[in-house]
Amino acid sequence: MTSKDGLNDVNGRNARTVITGIGITAPNGLGTEAFWKAVLAGHTGIAPVTRFDASRYAASLAGQIDDFDAAEHLGSRLLPQTDPSTRLALVAADWALTDAGVSPDTLPDYDMGVVTSNALGGFDFTHREFDKLWSKGPDFVSVYESFAWFYAVNTGQISIRHKLRGPSAALVGEQAGGLDALGHARRTIRRGTPLVVAGGVDSALDPWGYVSQLAGGRVTTATDPARAYLPFSADASGYVPGEGGAILVTEDEASARERGVQQIYGELAGYAATFDPAPGSGRPPALRRAAEAALADAGLAPGDIDVVFADGAGVPELDAAEAEAISAVFGAGAVPVTAPKALTGRLYSGGGPLDVATALLSIRDGVIPPTPTGAPVPEAYGLDLVQGAPRDRRVRTALVLARGRHGFNSAVVVRGA
Amino acid sequence: MTRRVVITGIGVRAPGGSGTKEFWDLLTAGRTATRRISFFDAAPFRSRVAAEADFFPEAEGFSPREIRRMDRATQFAVACTREAVADSGLEFAGVDPYRVGVSLGSAVASATSLENEYLVMADKGREWLVDPDYLSPHMFDYLSPGVMPAEVAWAAGAEGPVTMVSDGCTSGLDAVGYGVQLIREGSADVMIAGASDTPISPIVLACFDAIKATTTRNDDPEHASRPFDASRNGFVLAEGSAMFVLEEYEAAKARGAQIYAEVTGYATRCNAYHMTGLKKDGREMAEAIRAALDESRIDPTVVDYVNAHGSGTKQNDRHETAAFKIALGQHAYDVPVSSIKSMVGHSLGAIGSIEIAACALAIKHDVVPPTANLHTPDPECDLDYVPLTAREQRVDSVLTVGSGFGGFQSAMILRAPEGVKA
Amino acid sequence: MAHMTVDDVRRILVECAGVDDSIDINGDISDRPFDELGYDSLALMESAAQIKQEFGVVVPDDELVEAETPRALIDLVNGLVTEAAAA
Repeated sequence: MTSKDGLNDVNGRNARTVITGIGITAPNGLGTEAFWKAVLAGHTGIAPVTRFDASRYAASLAGQIDDFDAAEHLGSRLLPQTDPSTRLALVAADWALTDAGVSPDTLPDYDMGVVTSNALGGFDFTHREFDKLWSKGPDFVSVYESFAWFYAVNTGQISIRHKLRGPSAALVGEQAGGLDALGHARRTIRRGTPLVVAGGVDSALDPWGYVSQLAGGRVTTATDPARAYLPFSADASGYVPGEGGAILVTEDEASARERGVQQIYGELAGYAATFDPAPGSGRPPALRRAAEAALADAGLAPGDIDVVFADGAGVPELDAAEAEAISAVFGAGAVPVTAPKALTGRLYSGGGPLDVATALLSIRDGVIPPTPTGAPVPEAYGLDLVQGAPRDRRVRTALVLARGRHGFNSAVVVRGA
Repeated sequence: MTRRVVITGIGVRAPGGSGTKEFWDLLTAGRTATRRISFFDAAPFRSRVAAEADFFPEAEGFSPREIRRMDRATQFAVACTREAVADSGLEFAGVDPYRVGVSLGSAVASATSLENEYLVMADKGREWLVDPDYLSPHMFDYLSPGVMPAEVAWAAGAEGPVTMVSDGCTSGLDAVGYGVQLIREGSADVMIAGASDTPISPIVLACFDAIKATTTRNDDPEHASRPFDASRNGFVLAEGSAMFVLEEYEAAKARGAQIYAEVTGYATRCNAYHMTGLKKDGREMAEAIRAALDESRIDPTVVDYVNAHGSGTKQNDRHETAAFKIALGQHAYDVPVSSIKSMVGHSLGAIGSIEIAACALAIKHDVVPPTANLHTPDPECDLDYVPLTAREQRVDSVLTVGSGFGGFQSAMILRAPEGVKA
Repeated sequence: MAHMTVDDVRRILVECAGVDDSIDINGDISDRPFDELGYDSLALMESAAQIKQEFGVVVPDDELVEAETPRALIDLVNGLVTEAAAA
């Protein structure tokens, strides 16, 4: 069988997919160890917006990545043709591939692919091109606008930079899409492509992009960075939008071991996605079902899960619904739950992959990072929310949840190698 | 046991007619739907031709509230979903909603709506700090278009896996490929799969003007899309949508469903070469075709018809002609190859699905749609491109391909399952 | 209207397309092919748009692709500038 696209699973439905490289660009840390240190220390990346004058807008905070010099990492050739989100994605991919010890000649041609999720496109870039079009005319629009904007840009640019010619894709599913990208990477591996670079990175912190995020009605108007995005808190008032995310190297385990991989962070053991019913249908929301299906896919029972990385919307009714789903699956207070994304803001397609990376570091170091809010959790949620200090504990498995606006629910289970 | 996937329902909204039947009539008559742009004043632009669809939301049965809620690209997708669901005859009430998913392709999603909102909020580009007082509540959905597959999911009652596949101009092919994979692996039993794009707007026109990818045949819009012709000078921007009901074959057969075609093979590759440029040799597309044939377990000679990407740019048509020769060998010269973009233009992420609809209908009716406007073939494009006139012939196995910015190269094989056709 | 120099070409290329780290574009680049300097057709198209804005001449697409070196591009642009001045 020579096909790597067998709609049949060439590597086998039960072939293990492992994560062998991590690249992180987050508001509270660039690079895996800097980010992880910040998460354990409770250092936030949320601060007042500095890219533009936000004084006229209802909200004023963002999880910005301020200490990132794209030219230093990428050289200048790519700068005129890339949005800030793509620069972050390219650097995260560079780091992930370096971490995994992968170069273009590691595997035969067509054996390495790219699957990224993207929720916002190259929005800062496109805002500038809209301005040129409408204030100066069509002749002033950049030749790069035709691809710097579209949702497939990160997949295409990563593929070109690293000569990855295998099956590739770009998925959109708001904040849940990043987990779908990991799920699709595993699917692609099972169909016969041994290595897939996968994850998500987003950014839209130009004035138009920022204010468009406010239009969703869920961004907090709080002004104190430490008291703004409070998942599962009684004081939750919405979320803070951020930028960044994570790119991972996912591999067929046998192929990874055969090439003498440096480390295996863990296995992408389970994945499932569901969608909430139409508003007013009277049917129950579907997050619980996604979590249960991901556990079943991993061959695990709820009692086997050591920690849940929650979606943590920071909106009371959404937090309540997630808490209810978690309690329904695990029992009230029966599993530690955490939402370290309170330190970065919500990163759209980057949120899920960053949580998966964080879960893998939890497994590696035997510690659950806290939800840094310090605010009381409503009793009714029935959650064992890890707060205050990191909780030392052996972590073998983690469930990561992500939800996207309008009803996307995705769940990933990772397990120590 | 391998699960097989079949198309049991089709919905199309394409330029030149409304609904699947009018779409097929246009193709088989060899008529073109490319015209001078009417949606806005295109005078300042280099390319002023497009294939606009006659789409009337009220006539489609959308309520005033739905019309306000859904933007044009979403309306197209939902209208096609409704047609496909009705066409399939599947009683969705009898299917577990968790076993029904959605994979919707779109390249630029709500670009047109984004631009409309921008003009108000940025005062036509005069304000970098856009005015929040003019912020539309829908603006988030235009920025992050998850609402498009959401509306499709709600229209079909899907509560299984739902996503948007956005691989640029191969989105429409890849979204169906994605849906096929989900049914094959057992993640769903039914997928609403397809694509929608309504990109005819100043900003999108300007994008393609800048890289000179669109035609300048502005004085002859009806004949502006000229795939494989020596005089071709770029593609014609278009809009449209096609959606399908995909089902697991045994279940479809058991309920006595009409079956248009089985998707027997699908593969995609990246050229890892250039965001917009193509290497002349067509190697990666050839590899995608080879893999799709391989998965279908068929020899290239079994293919009765090749639906080309055929965008009508200089580089594309040569690139894929080279790819066909590598992947199909001598059969490339014998098999009819055509591009329906000559008639309905290039609707970016949607066209891959619209072309799959054309392929399924070609199998159903045993007719190969033509390449319109092909009078003087490019000497480097030396295959049988079915010029001008549709051809009645047996069509059981079809290859369709797509190529897009980012380097995506995709291929799919559709076949009439045994016993479906006399 | 001013004529274009090799330094103008260098500056416009850098502005429109950056510089490939592995390539030295300082020194005399007049006769080095653009692809050797790390610039593809998109970089040249973007540069042509900038040239139009600075020098007021439109470089026809088919002539742009024929110009393989900075010197060829300079000759092409300056020819157009002279033509425009004479008209």
